Amino acid sequence: MESRNKILSAIAQNQPASTPLPDISDLAVVDYEVVEKFSATLAGIGGQVVDIVSVREVVPFVKNYYEGAQRIITTVEALGDMAETDWREADPHSLENVDLMIMEAEFGVAENGALWVTEAYMGQRVAPFITQNLAVILKRSEIVPTMHHAYDRIGKADYPFGMFLAGPSKTADIEQSLVLGAHGSRTMTVFLLMSE
Amino acid sequence: MNHPELAERFIKDADRTTWHDETLWWVRQKRDKAAFQIPEWEALREAASQIKHNVLSNLHEYLLAFEEKATANGIKIHWAADAQEHNELVLRILKESGAEALIKSKSMLTEECNLNEYLTEQGVDVVDTDLGERIVQLRKEHPSHIVLPAIHLKKEDVGETFHIHLGTEKGNKDPQYLTEAARQHLREKFVTRKAAITGVNFAIAETGEFVVCTNEGNADMGAHLADVHIACMGFEKIIPQRQHLGVFLRLLARSATGQPITTYSSHFKKPRPGQQMHIIIVDNGRSRQLGRADFRNSLKCIRCGACMNTCPVYRRSGGHSYHSAVAGPIGSILAPNLDMTKNADLPFASTLCGSCSNVCPVKIDIHDQLYKWRQVLVQEGRVPFSKTVAMRAMTFTLSHPGVFSLAGKVGRKVMGMAPIVVSNGLNPWYKQREMPEPPKESFREWYAKNRNGKSE
Repeated sequence: MESRNKILSAIAQNQPASTPLPDISDLAVVDYEVVEKFSATLAGIGGQVVDIVSVREVVPFVKNYYEGAQRIITTVEALGDMAETDWREADPHSLENVDLMIMEAEFGVAENGALWVTEAYMGQRVAPFITQNLAVILKRSEIVPTMHHAYDRIGKADYPFGMFLAGPSKTADIEQSLVLGAHGSRTMTVFLLMSE
Repeated sequence: MNHPELAERFIKDADRTTWHDETLWWVRQKRDKAAFQIPEWEALREAASQIKHNVLSNLHEYLLAFEEKATANGIKIHWAADAQEHNELVLRILKESGAEALIKSKSMLTEECNLNEYLTEQGVDVVDTDLGERIVQLRKEHPSHIVLPAIHLKKEDVGETFHIHLGTEKGNKDPQYLTEAARQHLREKFVTRKAAITGVNFAIAETGEFVVCTNEGNADMGAHLADVHIACMGFEKIIPQRQHLGVFLRLLARSATGQPITTYSSHFKKPRPGQQMHIIIVDNGRSRQLGRADFRNSLKCIRCGACMNTCPVYRRSGGHSYHSAVAGPIGSILAPNLDMTKNADLPFASTLCGSCSNVCPVKIDIHDQLYKWRQVLVQEGRVPFSKTVAMRAMTFTLSHPGVFSLAGKVGRKVMGMAPIVVSNGLNPWYKQREMPEPPKESFREWYAKNRNGKSE
């Protein structure tokens, strides 16, 4: 407590006269088509985009593309026949051997290929990180142009944990050579779902 | 050792220096490419700068609001006046939770506080999980760059380090192979450690949440598996509202590496059920810097590293030559506040070209502050005597035309007749350079001869 008061009073004494916050409501310049921009940007950061018209199309794609995946988990009820759905309350460490996790995203952002996902979509916070591969279903109609639009959309929402997720985990810490799959998922597929 | 001495050591290997220079310039070019795709880039920088100015001028209120909201969210807030108190708080939290080992993602603040050394002395095992940081930790070095901690190393160096510590094949220097080895090695740590430390990129006064940005996913792997999550932040990480993240997240990764956004931008608002979440808010000289009108803007920094990547001195002298947790231009205006005597050399490690200020996403007047620190340091007598004397001699010469003219004459004669007087190792201007041929006459002499005082 002693330090708290010391720090706060030093700050109060030393902070300059208050200046106003800028108006940030009109910053975004949008000169692109959002779905196209989103797909191109995501591909540029190591993600893969797959167009689908029904959630069930995920099933054959996964069987084919993620052939050999032993453990698949999901938070998507419609995929309950192909993946585990009863792991939400499990010890997060028990997800260590997950090969593929499939979830939905609330919305995407065109300018940077990011997806907004809150804990409710993840099932468990660690799930999209600890899995070897990640697949996310996003409705085509749910893509906003920029991060300003994204935060307008999030608004005052209350979530215990949320994140923008943009592509697979990566690093360039060895001589600036890009390597996908640092600690999180090695691959990321986004299923772009036509509005049904 | 000071900056010139450490830099001299770094540039002994000319090929490596060139590689370092070109690699960082390449990162700078990626930044340009990303920035030029955003027509509103300059408006974003201006908005970011103004938001940060509003933060600095309302810090007291924002910190109180953040503390209140975060506490209501179930996060425990701690305050540390200096590095020692910060380190002791970390240790106390670990002890209370019974953790003897921890994993850590990147936090320049903990570097500033020398947390790793402190905890190791106290018998706590610390494992850095950012790949670059793990590499330098295994080598018992410090990061040489705030975003690219191992940028001073070649893949051969990493291959050798991993061969010794992780048992990878001798001579294998393939980045893919080495990264995979680190992934396997650190996964084991992630799933067994009970406590995790992360940094904080932004803390939001309005909601009490904090945001951590990584590409590797290491901060999240640590925090979401651990029973105890400790997040450490300098108090200047506060931003007013959630919507301001829109501005900063658009600028941060583009400025840092040219990516449109980091892979993960995690918003931590509440602990997991059963998990403890702590935030340590650190001063360590920041409130003093806040009171210095000429230097307070340095607290706007969002740690993107763009000023380092563009700096001609940093690129050719390496991060370790700055002997401070934060290297480069921004480090050189932060470090004298932490220790004016130890870091008096750093504001001189610049050509004042201004490139740092031009790329800074929050428009910090970095090169102006470097220049102002030089004046403060000279006035406070923190500059070597030889430099002060040389400057005084220069002042005298430049303000006395007769002396100036005579000095020029003598200089030209001496350089012409006995070049060894200046072309020798004692003259720092002679290092890596040939001295120029002295001109036959000065402009003043030429003018007097040819124009004879008459104008055309």
